[in-house]
Amino acid sequence: MLVESLALSAVLFTIGVIGVLTRRNAIIIFMCVELMLNAVNLSFVALSKLHGAAGQVFVVFTMTVAAAEAAVGLAIIIAIFRHTQTVNLQNINILKG
Amino acid sequence: MIPAMTPEGAHPLAATAARLVWLLPLLPLLGFLLNGTLAMLGVAKTGPADPSAAHDAHDSGHGHDAAHDDHAPTRHKYAALVSLIGPGVLIAAFGVAVACFLAMRSVDMEHPYIVTLYQWMPVGDLTIGATLHLDQLSMVMVLVVTGVGALIHVFSVGYMQDDPGYPRYFAYLNLFIFFMLVLVLGGSYPVLFVGWEGVGLCSYLLIGFWFSEKVNADAGKKAFIVNRIGDFGFLVAMFLMFANLGALDFVPVAAKAAELPMGGIVVTAICLFMFLGCAGKSAQIPLYVWLPDAMAGPTPVSALIHAATMVTAGVYLIARSATLFSMAPTAQLVVALIGALTAFLAATIGLKQWDIKKVLAYSTVSQLGFMFVAVGVGSYVAGIFHLVTHSFFKALLFLGSGSVIYAMHAAYHATHKHDDAQDMRNMGGLRRHLPITCYLMWIATLAIAGIPLFSGFFSKDEILSSVFARAHGSTIADATLFGVHGSTILMVIYGLGIASALMTAIYMMRMMLYTFHGPNRTGEAERPHLAEAPWVMTGPLVVLGVLSLVGGWLNVPALLSGIGPVGVLDHWLEPVVGEASLRTTLGAAPHLPHQTELVLVGVAIAIAVAGIAFAVWRLKPAALVPKKDAVPTEGFVRVLENKYFVDEGYDKAFVQPTLGISRAVLWKGLDNGIIDGLFVNGSALLARAIGWMGSQLQTGQVGTYAWVLLIGVITILGAFTFR
Amino acid sequence: MMHANEFHSLVYSFTFYFFGLVAIASALAFVTRKSPVAAAIWLVNVMFSLAALYVMLDAQFIGAMQVLVYTGAIMVLFLFVIMLLNLGHPSELADARGKWGYVLALFVGLVMLAEVMALTRDNTVDRMIPPGLAATAAAPTTGGIIGPIAAPLFTEYLFAFELTSVLLLAAIVGAVVLGKRRTDAR
Repeated sequence: MLVESLALSAVLFTIGVIGVLTRRNAIIIFMCVELMLNAVNLSFVALSKLHGAAGQVFVVFTMTVAAAEAAVGLAIIIAIFRHTQTVNLQNINILKG
Repeated sequence: MIPAMTPEGAHPLAATAARLVWLLPLLPLLGFLLNGTLAMLGVAKTGPADPSAAHDAHDSGHGHDAAHDDHAPTRHKYAALVSLIGPGVLIAAFGVAVACFLAMRSVDMEHPYIVTLYQWMPVGDLTIGATLHLDQLSMVMVLVVTGVGALIHVFSVGYMQDDPGYPRYFAYLNLFIFFMLVLVLGGSYPVLFVGWEGVGLCSYLLIGFWFSEKVNADAGKKAFIVNRIGDFGFLVAMFLMFANLGALDFVPVAAKAAELPMGGIVVTAICLFMFLGCAGKSAQIPLYVWLPDAMAGPTPVSALIHAATMVTAGVYLIARSATLFSMAPTAQLVVALIGALTAFLAATIGLKQWDIKKVLAYSTVSQLGFMFVAVGVGSYVAGIFHLVTHSFFKALLFLGSGSVIYAMHAAYHATHKHDDAQDMRNMGGLRRHLPITCYLMWIATLAIAGIPLFSGFFSKDEILSSVFARAHGSTIADATLFGVHGSTILMVIYGLGIASALMTAIYMMRMMLYTFHGPNRTGEAERPHLAEAPWVMTGPLVVLGVLSLVGGWLNVPALLSGIGPVGVLDHWLEPVVGEASLRTTLGAAPHLPHQTELVLVGVAIAIAVAGIAFAVWRLKPAALVPKKDAVPTEGFVRVLENKYFVDEGYDKAFVQPTLGISRAVLWKGLDNGIIDGLFVNGSALLARAIGWMGSQLQTGQVGTYAWVLLIGVITILGAFTFR
Repeated sequence: MMHANEFHSLVYSFTFYFFGLVAIASALAFVTRKSPVAAAIWLVNVMFSLAALYVMLDAQFIGAMQVLVYTGAIMVLFLFVIMLLNLGHPSELADARGKWGYVLALFVGLVMLAEVMALTRDNTVDRMIPPGLAATAAAPTTGGIIGPIAAPLFTEYLFAFELTSVLLLAAIVGAVVLGKRRTDAR
């Protein structure tokens, strides 16, 4: 099952990457990032079956960090929305130059 | 030949006054520095003097020298000091030269006296020292340079007295003498070349002395550039010399050259390239075009540089390289032939010139041609002899014409007329107003025409006789040039020489007739103002007149042994050029049957007399009109007046194409296009382009950054995958 | 479940593939939805499938945590924000980037997938694992299911654990500050 899990993890990760590149809605991009994190978690879990519990411990940490990041990121998106009334990332280019 | 300064025994001259030979170039150099300082001191506060202040800007525009003008005379502040220093150092140098000469006469001089002042260029195999080489030949040249030079300096004191550039003039003149002395005293070809280039530089500075007139500046530029072409030849000759002979000092080169095969390609090439240098410096075909234009400079400059000293440097060089030339008969043929052709061509042009200085300029070119004929056929003594006598009478002629021009300018100045003061059509009958000048110039004219017992007769006759003698029984006669046998060419040269001598007599007589005899065409108002120049100017003329009279006794031929010691110069120069001369005449002294010699002398005298008679018979000074009323000429006369349109030809053939290429290719193509466009602007454009490309990445959008990030990830993963 | 029984392993494989395919299909659906709400629901589906897979891979605690924390908290938070900002309407969210953008993104994604697959084939993975880990794998497990996770968490990785709590604190403070409505002048 290891190889299949790793393959599945790679495929999910790729789908997440394609989503980040393709979508313009900030929240959906964020959710794609969560998908990528999930794929990596699957990879860790699959490998921990072979190499010990350290993989699962790391998944705990990953999930924690994902939660924190989601909270802060969504707060940022709310702040941006209040400012520009949109979450379309194509219109948010103040850093241009 | 053993170098003179061997440790076992120093040269006998080292114990005499001749050890002061280094003083000879040093004195004029000192004069240059002092005069130059005085020239600059005067301008420190007030700014440079405008040379045109002494020069009438309304001149007819063909480069006149103007000793006088409408303005009040503006004598330089330090003129008195300069009048002491300028001629003073020359007279002192002449004194040292005489002392060296007397020392040389008192010892037995088989080898040259070589003094090494310091090591100039020790580079690998090549060691060039700053050496002075004193032997009989350089002694002759030094005496001529310092002697005639001193006289001309004294003349200049009077001629240039009101010029605001007075100290600058003497500074340049002294610098010229310094370089000329380096040239004749140099111990190796590179040191000679330093002097060579230096006199070219001073020639440029002095021709363009009144540089605010464009014509004068152009003349100076032309002289320098044409000289440069010759210098290229000289340099190539030096390179060939070093590559094949391994030496550049005179003594080793002569020794090694004697070991080469006679008439070999190496020696011939060296000699031909060296002759190119001489053609540039001494105004032979095809590089003579600068000398007539050089008359734009002050007349004493023309006398010194373009008659007596600088232009003779080429003759000196060939005499110095006698051994080399005697090893290359084909090159000797070329030298003699070009000399003869130049003599002929210049004489024909001189027949129809109206400017008195131009007549003398073409006469100089023609006489230089004679000198090259002499050294070309291996008769080095005859060449140097003619060099010496020519310096006497040509300097006299130029200085005399300077007197005439000075008087004409004074006359026009007094009446505020602006006619050409140098055109013979405006002169006439000046014998009554400038008698001393007239009679002295008569002496010089008779000398140059070759009337017996004047100096020119002896030297010119010796040249022509030696050409005739070598037509049979010499290496040159046996050589061939483009398939024509040497003896034939020598006879042609003899014919050209006779024709040129005839024409010389004619045009010189013409000059004298139109200037000093016949009715005066200067104008009623000016006539009272025509007067003789002050003694400071006529004094040197008298000295030169005496020398032109008695100079011939330097080398009396055996035919006329009754009148004085035979062959003094011959004996004097024998240690230096004797061996080379004998090599040309196949070991035996050239000997003509007594009858033939008499006939040749008779022919020479007949030619001179015939020329004078023809001129007196055919030329009517009374028929001349002043220049402004002159009608334009046509036909062959017009061609002669315009010097065969050679300058125009050179302009079309060389100057315009060079300018065109410079403009179109080098300026527009290379400079503007490639360097400016491609490198300078192009690199700016490149920087902008790269910057633009970089700035395109900064869209400010997160999506772009995600893309970039992903590309980076793929690259790194790829590195791992494909490792 | 360490059954050597063929039938059991067949069931195991079937279930594994089933959940795997569901995960992939849901992920694809998630990525292509126009409406964020729909996308979020599909993502939830992906996470459920992954939780099932975790359980099948003997990480039952992780599976439970996945459902509780990821699905139950994080995705709910996402849905809260979507609703708060009233972004649920698909009509406002046209994001046509041009056909070539999709093709290029697909290509780039496939390239990355290929590279990753290639990397998993050889033993690059084995070489990247620190040596001490094998010992842990062989250690006897005590404490049931949670024990093997809890023991290293509070002993070996204690420092990381404490840091994570600091991180959470920072995240809380940051979220509160950023989300605060500014009442003063803009």
